[in-house]
Amino acid sequence: MRTLIALGAVAALALVSAGVGSSRAASQLSCGKSSLTLVNPGTLTVGTDNPAYPPWFGGGTPKGSKWKVNDPSTGKGFESAVAYAVGSKLGFAKNEVKWVYVPFNRSYAPGKKSFDFDINEISYTPARAKVVTFSSSYYDVNQALVVNKGTKIASAKTVAALKPYKLGAQLGTTSYAYIKNVIKPSQQPSVFPTNAGAVQALKNKQIDGLVVDLPTAFYVTAVQVPNSKILGQFPTAAGGEHFGMVFAKGNPLAACVNVALAAMRKSGQLTKIQQQWLAKATGAPVLK
Amino acid sequence: MASEGDRRAGPEVEERRSRILDVVRPGGDPRRGVAVATVSTLVFLGVLVVLVTRAPGWPTVKKTFFDPHQFWSSLPEIATAFKLNCKIFLIAEVFILVFALLLAVLRSLQGPVFFPLRAVAIVYADFFRGVPTILVIAILGFGAPGLGLAGVPTSTTFWGIVALVLVYSAYVSEVYRAGIESVHPSQAAAARSLGLTHLQALRTVILPQAVRRVIPPLLNDFIGLQKDTALVGTLGAVEAFQQSQIDTNATFNYTPYLAAALLFVAITIPLARFTDWLILRDRRRRQAGGAFA
Repeated sequence: MRTLIALGAVAALALVSAGVGSSRAASQLSCGKSSLTLVNPGTLTVGTDNPAYPPWFGGGTPKGSKWKVNDPSTGKGFESAVAYAVGSKLGFAKNEVKWVYVPFNRSYAPGKKSFDFDINEISYTPARAKVVTFSSSYYDVNQALVVNKGTKIASAKTVAALKPYKLGAQLGTTSYAYIKNVIKPSQQPSVFPTNAGAVQALKNKQIDGLVVDLPTAFYVTAVQVPNSKILGQFPTAAGGEHFGMVFAKGNPLAACVNVALAAMRKSGQLTKIQQQWLAKATGAPVLK
Repeated sequence: MASEGDRRAGPEVEERRSRILDVVRPGGDPRRGVAVATVSTLVFLGVLVVLVTRAPGWPTVKKTFFDPHQFWSSLPEIATAFKLNCKIFLIAEVFILVFALLLAVLRSLQGPVFFPLRAVAIVYADFFRGVPTILVIAILGFGAPGLGLAGVPTSTTFWGIVALVLVYSAYVSEVYRAGIESVHPSQAAAARSLGLTHLQALRTVILPQAVRRVIPPLLNDFIGLQKDTALVGTLGAVEAFQQSQIDTNATFNYTPYLAAALLFVAITIPLARFTDWLILRDRRRRQAGGAFA
């Protein structure tokens, strides 16, 4: 915590970079555990979706767990590790961090939130930031295309060559916007409410290709769809795309989390967590 | 709620009660009736508006559900997606009307020989009325193309329509059956005595009467079908609800839902009014005829 106070300058920077727009001076920022306004006092309540998929979450599910695929409280997987690291910077012990199930479309619903922040591969966009407060980036992300091996689309080398195909994405992802705005295919792309639906459609060849973020693409090809491959990742969109934690609009906790993230970035801790859990998620060819 | 009308006897009362838009009490001053109805409606709406707008979360809800800019920017795409809903229910309705009639006729067949056919029709209706529509859609839509059989379509719209036809045929066959059973047995007996076979009697005497009687409930199920086309979106088809979800998720603003809802209402409400009008007309005709024609 002492390091936090010393990092006043970084805090100011983080505030600006995250677009929080708070006029509060960094020195006034009090991020002590006791001075935070929390949903459940004394506990950092973190939301994410269920099932919790790799590589964002890992460690499986202990007996009796309500979580599927992975239990976020194991501390394993990228987002779980980031959440615990941020929690620790704010002074929360591991057992003071609690996870709640928040479906993606509940995360931005008006009204009282059930979480302090939600960490669920949510991309920052200016429109979304009008409704909720985002933390600064904890991961800069690229979109990628997964296809079935041996199909016609699998020989495409450029973004332009993808136009004639039936593409799909998961509902609520920026992947869909990417298809519509950048690839502009001639067929109406499909959009699936769940990851499971999207994956099934790819298996069934109801879609030719599935656009997901790159780390998810590695999981899809390695585990979910046998005989599929990553055709490539898409060039980074203008201005880049990043994941941010979601807070209730104007929640002052966001500023403190940004301070913690800035410190983790500076010390190299964030890179280390990334290398540990997302090491595989690099090195896909870029589609021109 | 005793009114002067209650004390009157006869079919006229029945008719009057069914007309909710009727604001004039029998024997009352028409102008006064309209005025009272207007005032009470305004008071009711006023109280509702005050209650909602004074709620602590209203400013947020207003911004996230009633954003005019968001509404107009998302409406064109949702309206385009709504064409898919229309396509689905128009195609599905044709097959439902035919398939359900076949089921109802199977079930109306008499004699021990036809027991297997009757049993199939009964089991079918029980099963597909018992399983939630969304499950039938998900199981067929993801399962059938998963078989990988040559010639089996993979189109989500195709399987969505198939699922809706299966489910709604079960309901509609029950509607037809009620119509068939409402035709007095003497009609069938008379037809048979004229030398018509069972099927001829069914086709030329029973069904024309039965179907005419059940047109209002058939339209009712048609309205239900129109709304359930939104469930096909779970398969990945971009229909109006799915498009509104895309917009909502992209902007974290719920106004697109409102746009989708308005599009549905724009077609379901006229149809509901039309159904009511048909019911009323049918009742009037029957009462005018005096018998159960």
